[in-house]
Amino acid sequence: MSKDKFDYFINGEKAKYEVIIGLEVHAQVHSNSKLFSGSSTKFGANPNDQVSLVDSAFPGMLPVINTECVKQAIRTGLGLNAKINNYSVFDRKNYFYADLPQGYQISQYKNPIVGEGKVLLDMPYGSKEIGIERLHLEQDAGKSIHDMDPSNTYVDLNRSGIALMEIVSKPDLRSPEEVNAYIKKLRSIMRYLGTCDGNMQEGSLRADVNVSVRKIGDKKLGTRCEIKNVNSIKFMQMAIQYEANRQVQLLDEGKKIDQETRLFDTKKNETRSMRSKEDAHDYRYFPDPDLLPLKIEQKLIDELKKSLPELPDKKKERFIKEYGLNQYEATVLVSEKEISNYYEKVAKLSDKKLAATWMMGDLFAMLNEKGLDISNSPIKAENFAELVQSIKSGEISGRIAKEVFEIMIESGDNPKKIIESKGMKQESDPKELEKMINEILSKNKDKVDQYKTGKEKLFGFFVGQVMKSSSGKANPQLTNEILKKLLKS
Amino acid sequence: MPLDKEKIKQVAKLARISVDEGKANNLSKDLNSIFKFIEQLNELDTEKVEPLTSILNQSLRSRNDEISDGKIREKILKNSPNKNEEFFVVPKVVE
Repeated sequence: MSKDKFDYFINGEKAKYEVIIGLEVHAQVHSNSKLFSGSSTKFGANPNDQVSLVDSAFPGMLPVINTECVKQAIRTGLGLNAKINNYSVFDRKNYFYADLPQGYQISQYKNPIVGEGKVLLDMPYGSKEIGIERLHLEQDAGKSIHDMDPSNTYVDLNRSGIALMEIVSKPDLRSPEEVNAYIKKLRSIMRYLGTCDGNMQEGSLRADVNVSVRKIGDKKLGTRCEIKNVNSIKFMQMAIQYEANRQVQLLDEGKKIDQETRLFDTKKNETRSMRSKEDAHDYRYFPDPDLLPLKIEQKLIDELKKSLPELPDKKKERFIKEYGLNQYEATVLVSEKEISNYYEKVAKLSDKKLAATWMMGDLFAMLNEKGLDISNSPIKAENFAELVQSIKSGEISGRIAKEVFEIMIESGDNPKKIIESKGMKQESDPKELEKMINEILSKNKDKVDQYKTGKEKLFGFFVGQVMKSSSGKANPQLTNEILKKLLKS
Repeated sequence: MPLDKEKIKQVAKLARISVDEGKANNLSKDLNSIFKFIEQLNELDTEKVEPLTSILNQSLRSRNDEISDGKIREKILKNSPNKNEEFFVVPKVVE
């Protein structure tokens, strides 16, 4: 993809198509207990240990709503610049499946808790607004395990009844890259808010992906297919790519696209029809008679609004203004709450710009290589700031700094200690440097003559020699200056 | 809205109730007369009336976010027709 222009289109035989994507993201609400019962939501418990009689749908059990889940949905809605509805209703969505003991999912159909909002994406070709259609609260289902027994399926209801927020976007996304940016932005906002941990490996964030294609210039949307329950950004992107191409091929052949639910097969990298779901689509929604409408006082919404933390868009603006970062740096450094906290700690103690460069370069590369998050970085923010400051003050060169950095990773020591104990301090005494350089020049008289007759490329050779004999400790700037001066004489 | 035999069979399938031909015919007759009775309500103009979700003028009962339940696996699995120590066991369902 080119840097400054959007160009994700699919070339059919007769026409060029654009891809229209809408997402239904299921985000697990961060809470201690479930949406309608007091069972724990903790990940990784023994099977069926976090199940109450409500979650397993024993007769006569009544759901009682968890206020924290409601607050989390409101916070998320506010973070999405969305309208919070003072009145919403829980409905039963009926379908039959082994991991759904109630035979219906409690969800919100006509009156969701959160209405329209928007999310801003930073794309290489500019910022783009993605509309949010709605956000509603619903129960998660249990987990079916198909690979523990050749002829049976095992059901674990630990997840059954955990609160989910379903966040429905408008069909505003146009490429796999935009889907990537959208999911990351949603995740970032929710993590800032503390409303969803965004852990995709543990299934805290999954999505149904709606894909359709239309000829460029057409106003009407094409028939869409829904790809169910995709649990990683990479798979979403692969599924979209495959599905869009499949649809274009069908249209090329003059065939019709059936509106249907499809499944993404991650092993074969293809989507295929889920025929069994076809008549399951008749969900027969109706208001859940066990639950009264959810009324939310404006006062609560206002209070929650006041208590929201600074969100990525705002923080980005502030980073640009306060720390003199450029758009790109600011975007990267606010992408995760933990990263932005780390950066702010470092920036307050050292050079703001240099700190950003070193964080996004060496620190991120190291974390990436070790597969670590910034929150368990072997280098603490205070020490990192000290390293940046040592470079800034000229105490050590950038090259030596890299060595110090390596030692810091291993030992966790502070850079001052390392620099001192290993004698890595930069040589910045002009007299010492001049002495050293004079020695080198007298040893390489032939090269000095060549240089003076116009072979100026040799300058780099001299610098190299100085670095070598000083074990890299010569101050590069001073070295350049003195070399130039001495070579002229 | 007449309910034909096909519709009855579909509803029965969704509800996991077995309904044979004879039963479907009878049900069609019964249900149609019930619906006809209910449909009298359509005579009312409800254009500007919000659907009523509850007749109680109360707010939803709620609880705090505390772990107060669970760890009763044996009880949960007890009535299951097929189970092992940890799981409900059901016929293989896989896409």
